[in-house]
Amino acid sequence: MGVRPSTCLVIRAVGHDPRSDQFLADAQALGISGLTAVTCTDLVFFDGTLSDKSVQLVSQRLLSDPLLRTVSPHTKAKAGVIVVETTLLPGVTDARAEAIVRGAKLVGLGDIGQVATGRRFELTGVLRDDDLQHLVSRLLANPVIEKSAIGEVTATFVSGDSTGPAEVVLVTSLSSDELLALSSERGMALDVVEMAAIANHYRKLDREPTDVELEMIAQTWSEHCNHKTFRAQITFTDGTTAMPLLKQLRAATDQINAPWVHSAFVDNAGIVAFDDHFDLAIKAETHNHPSAVEPFGGSNTGVGGVVRDVLGVSARPIALTDILCFGPTDLPIDDLPAGVLHPRVIRAGVIAGVADYGNKLGVPTVSGAIVHDEGYTANPLVFCGCVGVLPRGSNPTEPRPGDRIVVIGGRTGRDGIRGATFSSMTMDATTGDVAGASVQIGDPIVEKGLIDVILAARDAGLYSAVTDCGAGGLSSSVGELASTLGASVNLDLVPRKYAGLASWEVWLSEAQERMVLAVPNVAPLQAICDRYEVELADIGSFSDDQLLILRSGGEIVAEMGMGFLHDGCPTRNLTAALPSTPPPTHTSRAVPDLAAGLLALLAHPSLRSNQDVVSGYDHEVLGGTAVRPYGGAVGDGPCDAAVVIPYGTSGSSAMVLACGVNARYGALDAYRMARACADEAMRNVVAAGADPDRVALLDNFSWGDPRRPETLGTLASAVAGCVDAALAHQAPFVSGKDSLNNEYLTSSGERRSIPPTLVITAVGRVTSLDHVITSDLKAAGNVVLLVGSTRDELRGSHLDAVLCIDGPGDVPAPGPDAAERYRQMHRAITAGLVRSCHDLSEGGLATAAAEMVIAGRLGLTLTVDGDPVVRLFSESTGRFLVEVAPSDVDAFIAAVAGSVVVGTVTTDPVLHIAAGTESLTLPVTDLVHAWAGHVPGVQP
Amino acid sequence: MTSVPAVVLAAPGTNRDVDVAAALELAGASVTIIPLAKADTAVLRSARLAVVAGGFSFADALGSGRLFALELAERLGESLGEFVAAGHPVLGICNGFQTLVRSGILPGPSSQAALGHNAHGRFECRWVTLEAEPTSACIWTQGIADELLCPIAHGEGRFHAEPDTLAKLAANGQIALRYRRPDRSAADGAFPFNPNGSDEDIAGICDPTGMVLGLMPHPEDHVLNRQHPRWTRGETSGSCRTLFANGVRHAKEL
Repeated sequence: MGVRPSTCLVIRAVGHDPRSDQFLADAQALGISGLTAVTCTDLVFFDGTLSDKSVQLVSQRLLSDPLLRTVSPHTKAKAGVIVVETTLLPGVTDARAEAIVRGAKLVGLGDIGQVATGRRFELTGVLRDDDLQHLVSRLLANPVIEKSAIGEVTATFVSGDSTGPAEVVLVTSLSSDELLALSSERGMALDVVEMAAIANHYRKLDREPTDVELEMIAQTWSEHCNHKTFRAQITFTDGTTAMPLLKQLRAATDQINAPWVHSAFVDNAGIVAFDDHFDLAIKAETHNHPSAVEPFGGSNTGVGGVVRDVLGVSARPIALTDILCFGPTDLPIDDLPAGVLHPRVIRAGVIAGVADYGNKLGVPTVSGAIVHDEGYTANPLVFCGCVGVLPRGSNPTEPRPGDRIVVIGGRTGRDGIRGATFSSMTMDATTGDVAGASVQIGDPIVEKGLIDVILAARDAGLYSAVTDCGAGGLSSSVGELASTLGASVNLDLVPRKYAGLASWEVWLSEAQERMVLAVPNVAPLQAICDRYEVELADIGSFSDDQLLILRSGGEIVAEMGMGFLHDGCPTRNLTAALPSTPPPTHTSRAVPDLAAGLLALLAHPSLRSNQDVVSGYDHEVLGGTAVRPYGGAVGDGPCDAAVVIPYGTSGSSAMVLACGVNARYGALDAYRMARACADEAMRNVVAAGADPDRVALLDNFSWGDPRRPETLGTLASAVAGCVDAALAHQAPFVSGKDSLNNEYLTSSGERRSIPPTLVITAVGRVTSLDHVITSDLKAAGNVVLLVGSTRDELRGSHLDAVLCIDGPGDVPAPGPDAAERYRQMHRAITAGLVRSCHDLSEGGLATAAAEMVIAGRLGLTLTVDGDPVVRLFSESTGRFLVEVAPSDVDAFIAAVAGSVVVGTVTTDPVLHIAAGTESLTLPVTDLVHAWAGHVPGVQP
Repeated sequence: MTSVPAVVLAAPGTNRDVDVAAALELAGASVTIIPLAKADTAVLRSARLAVVAGGFSFADALGSGRLFALELAERLGESLGEFVAAGHPVLGICNGFQTLVRSGILPGPSSQAALGHNAHGRFECRWVTLEAEPTSACIWTQGIADELLCPIAHGEGRFHAEPDTLAKLAANGQIALRYRRPDRSAADGAFPFNPNGSDEDIAGICDPTGMVLGLMPHPEDHVLNRQHPRWTRGETSGSCRTLFANGVRHAKEL
C-alpha cells in the first residue's frame, strides 16, 4: 500500500461549478461564517508513470471539454487560498476511476494501471482552525470512505498482501467471559448463550472452528439475518407470555388466508396476484446504521439491496419507495453529539443516495415521506421499498444437487465486511471510525446489468433458484440456498476487486450488486452475461450431503453442518414490560389564531411539500407512472398514493402504492401508533381508488434495544396493533423487516433511543383506470363531504408539535367501522360518484382541505360544528374529504355511512372554514407559500 | 405493409431503452434493443431507423455520453456516419443526445456544442412544455404546431454553445425544440420552464440534414393519454406520438 502517484490532474469547470454554491450554503448553514467562497474541482490520480503524451491524450479525449471543463497538472495552492483535498479510500467503489481505465483502452492507451479520483476544494475567507477542521470532517470529506488533507492528499492504491487461507480460533476451552470477549473482539454481536452453543458444538466435533466458520455462524445468527428478537419467547412483567412476534404476524396472514397471496414471509419478497397473468413482488428494507455513518452510500445501497430482494424472486423492479427520518436540520452544531454527522449533512447525503441509485438504475421512485424529529439526530432511519412484476409461476425456488453455484455482477472486495453484525450493534462515538469496512458504495449501473441478465435468464428457464447477495454476503446467500442440500465452494474462484482478502472476508463481504443462482447449465447463462457485460463466476456446486464445504488454496477452510448453522442458534427468552402512556406535560391547548395554526402546520418539516426533494427522483422512467407523488392543476399538490401500470402488463389495471408512518404516537402508545399507521396506509390506497379487499401490507419496525423490557414491551404492542389491523381490514402482511438497536451511546454514557417507528406499506390495485381518484379539487359548485367521525384525539398531534406542547387527550384510536367504510367508499368510487378524495391524517381536516385547495387551485368553503380545535386539527383515523357532483350527493350519502356534507368548491381560490363560533380564511397563495414556499419553481 | 426495422442502442446504464422501444412500436416500427456488446455494423445496416436511448451510460462517470460515444466509434466505426449520410432518421434522447454531441454527429461538422450540468446543479425530473421551431429542418418535429408535453430527467442538460454557433444553428434551421411556459410564451431562461439553464431555451437540435434529432426531454414517456400529468382532470394535450410517427414515416419512405 501507499505508492506515491506519479501523476495527478485537476479538472476545473469552465465558468461556474454549481456544486461550489451548495458547499458554501451547507458550510454557512453549519455555522461556519468566515468562509466567503468555495471552488470545487475534481482530481484524478494515476498509479504508474504515464508519458506526457499519454497524459495529454487522457486529458483531451476523456476528461476535458472545450466548452465545459479544463484539465491541468496538479499545482500548489495560490496565496490566500486554503486547499482541502480528498480521495476515496482504497477498496471503496470508484466508478469514475473505472471509467477512466476503460476509456484509456478505447483511446489506444492500453492498460494504464490503477486510477483513483478525488476532489479539491479551494476555500477563501478567514477560517478559525476549529472551523476548518469542522468543515473538513463534517462537510467536505467523510472519513468513513475518504481520506482528506488540508493541502495535498495522496491517493492510496491497493497492492496484494497475501493472507493465509484460514486461521483456527480457539473456543472450546474458553470461559464465559473469554467467549464474550471473543464475540466483542471479532464484532460478532453474539451473547454468552450463543457463544456457549458454538463452543459446545465444537467440543462435540472435537476440534476448534476456523475463522471462516466462526464468522459465518456470527453472520447467520445475527439479529439482522436471524431476527432473534422476533423469534424470541416473550414473557411480560405480569407473568403473561406472548407468541414470538414473527409467528403472530404470520398467523394473522394465515388466518386471513387470501387466495391472491402467493408467497408471504418465505422468499426475499412477498408475492401477490396482480391480474390473470402477472404477480407483484413487494419488499421494504431499512438501512439505518450504514446511513448514519455514510449517508450517501448507506441509502444508495439500501435502494440497491431492496431492488435485489425483488430481483431475487425473479421480478422486474418497477417502483421504489423511500421513507426517511432525520433530526432537525437547524440543530446548532454545538448540540451535535460526538461522532455524529449533522442532520443537514445526513439528510442531503441520504436523499442524494436514494436519487442516485433509482435514477441510474431506471426504476421510478414514486412514493415516500420525510419525517423530522429530534429523536433521529444520532440515528436516522432510511426505509427503502421496491415493487416488482413477474409472470405468474416464473420464479423457480428449488436448487438441485449438482446445480452449479454461480455468482454474477460485481466483484468482491473488503467493503461491507461484517455489515450484518454491525447493524445488529448499538452505535457509539467511535462507530463512524471503526465501521468503515461495514459501509458499501453502490454501483447502480452494475445492478442494471443484473436486472437485464436475470430477466433474460428467467424467461429462458436457465436457473433453478436465485437469491440476492445482501447482508452476510455469499455466506448468507449460498448458505440459504443450500440449507436443505449442502454445497461445495472454491473461494479462489470468487472474482476479487484486489488481492489480499482472507478467506472469511471473501465469504462474508457485502460487496454490492451480486446475485447467486443455482444453474444446471452455465454456458447459455454465460452468453447472456456477455451480452450485457456482466461478470459471471462458477464457484462450486450444490450437493445432497447437508454439508457446506469451502476450499481455498487447495485446503478445506470450512466444513459446516447445515443443521447447526441454520437451527443451532438458541432461542432467546426476553422480558417485556407492559407499556403505559405517560401523562401529558400540558393540561390545556389553545390555538388563538386558527389561520396561523394551519399555516404553521403546513410549514412543519414533516408535513410541508417535499417537491424539492421529489423533483430529484426520476418518477417517470418505464412510462408506467399514472399518478405521481405531486399532481393537480399545476402539478404541486400532494397525492395520497402512487398509481403505476406494471411494465409489460395489459395497461387496464394498475398498482396503487402508499405508506403510513408516524413518529409522534410511538412513544405514547405503540399499539395505537401501529393501528394508525396501518389505517393511514389503507386509507391512502383506498382514497386513490384501490379495492380495500385486495390490499397487501408490509411492516418495517425500527426500534431501540429489545433487551430493555420497556422497549420490547412497546415493540410487542406495535406487533399486536399490526395483527389487529390486518385482521380488521383483512389485509395480510406478506413481508416485513425489523431493525433493532437503533440507539446511540453519547460520550457521557447516556443511551438514546429513536422514537419507536413503524412504516406500513400498502399495495393495492385498481382494475380500471376509471377508478383512479386524485386529491385535487376538480370543479366549482361540487359538494364536499366528510367521511368518518372526528373525536377529541389530539394527543401526539402535529398541532402539538407546532405549538411545542405535549397536550392532553387521546392518541387516535382505531375506528371499529373503518374497514366497512372503506368498502363503501370503494363502491362509491367504482360507481363513479367521487370526483376527488383526500385522506385526513397529520394536521387533520384543515390540513387536508388546504392540500385539496392547493392541488386544484380552486376554493373551498367548509362549515363544521363543535370545538374548532378538535374539528380542524384532531388526527382521528378513518376519515376522508370527498368531492362529489351536486347530482350525486344523495347517492353518495346512501352509499357511504357516516358521510356528512361540509361544504362546496368555489371558483375563487380561497379556503374558508367556519367552525362553531370561529373561522379561518386563507387565499391559496398563502397556503402555497407556507406549504411549498421553499420549493424552487413553485408559483403561488 | 411491413413495419420499419428500428434499432435502439443501449450501453451499460442505459435505462429508457424499453420506453422508447414502446413508443416506436406504437408508431409502427419493429424494434430491436441492441446492447453495446452486440452493436456492430451489420446490426446498423439491418435497420432503417436508429435511436440512442436515454439513461446513465457508464454512470456519466467521465461526463455524460463520453464513454458511450467512444464505444460507438470503436464498434461502429464509419457506419454510423454512413447511416446518417444515407438519410436514415436517427434520434438521441437525453443521454443519447449527449452521446451524439460527444460523437460530433450533433450539431454536425464544424460546429461545437455541449450539454453541461444543470444550472442549479441538481438532477431534475419534471414535466416541461416544448414547442417545435416551425422553420426547423428537423424531420422528426415537422408539422408539429401544438405544444409538446413530456418529462425531463437529467442532471446534465444545459445546452451550451458559443454565440456564433447559436446564430449558425438558427440560420441552418438546426434548432428543433425550445422550452416554453405553459401558455407557450418564451421561457427566457426562467426556471422551471427552462429547467436547466439551456442557452436560448434550446431543448433539442438537429443536424444540418434534419434527419438526426437530439433532445434532452423524454417524448417517449408521453405517447399514451394516461401518461399525461393531468389525465385525471380530463386533459389530453401535448402528446408526443407525432414525433415518433414522423421518424417512422420518413424511414419507411426512404
